Amino acid sequence: MNLSFFDQFASPCLLGIPLILISMLFPTLLLFPPNNRWIPNRLSTLQSWLIHLITKQLMTPLNKKGHKWALVLTSLMMLLLMINLLGLLPYTFTPTTQLSMNMALAFPLWLATLLTGLRNQPSASLGHLLPEGTPTPLIPALIMIETTSLLIRPLALGVRLTANLTAGHLLIQLISTATIALLPTLPTVSLLTMSVLLLLTLLEIAVAMIQAYVFVLLLSLYLQENI
Amino acid sequence: GPLSGRRLMDVRLGELPAWLATRDFSPRGLLGGARKAWSSYYHKYINVKRGGPAGISMLLAGYCLLSYGWNYQHIKCHRWRKYH
Repeated sequence: MNLSFFDQFASPCLLGIPLILISMLFPTLLLFPPNNRWIPNRLSTLQSWLIHLITKQLMTPLNKKGHKWALVLTSLMMLLLMINLLGLLPYTFTPTTQLSMNMALAFPLWLATLLTGLRNQPSASLGHLLPEGTPTPLIPALIMIETTSLLIRPLALGVRLTANLTAGHLLIQLISTATIALLPTLPTVSLLTMSVLLLLTLLEIAVAMIQAYVFVLLLSLYLQENI
Repeated sequence: GPLSGRRLMDVRLGELPAWLATRDFSPRGLLGGARKAWSSYYHKYINVKRGGPAGISMLLAGYCLLSYGWNYQHIKCHRWRKYH
């Protein structure tokens, strides 16, 4: 059997039954339903504070019609945040390291923003393809460049999330392997590598949160242009 | 009280097979049992006025153990590797 560093990204399977659905649904268990009380438990307070912060941050630049997207964007943000952070625990599986899942999230949402813009305000949407104040000879080239940039957006969204998380997990695995391998022979170097590992874990926690935020922020930006 | 009405923690070890026989193992019964178990855990450890990190840490630790169990078939091959 070929055991490589990429085995941690293999989709989990128990006796032939794919477990990926459970790994994707487990984060939803950790988002507790809101209480009817005025002062709920501490976890609910923390959770509602976080959701209010996220919603305010995302919805402030959007106009009134864009606020219909509040539920989609906030729930997407919470899902990505929980999935990314849970993936940092030992032996767990991170569904967002699979390109298929990220493309399945990015492509339909991007397409929805594009079609909303083309349907409701087609000329304004197409007007985004040419920045203001461009010199006339440059116009054809710039239109092609902007079209390419528009069409590559879903790919960029999906691949950005996948690549960041995959790279982070791989780095953690590599450096921890190095730490353990060096421990019998060069303990001082091993200690140095362990401090690198600690810093890297802190970075990974930050990256997990930032990548979720960037994904949803970019979607809200694409929405702003089109709604 | 009667055997069928008691909760799992109140059943003595010798009575366990008899208690299991009184339980409902249909999908609906299993779902009801899972929901009741989650609800009792939630109300005991998380939905309290001054909860701490313990409630959710136990949940996450259980999730790690579960993931280890799911991946065991793959992880056990690491034991016999010469170079990791």
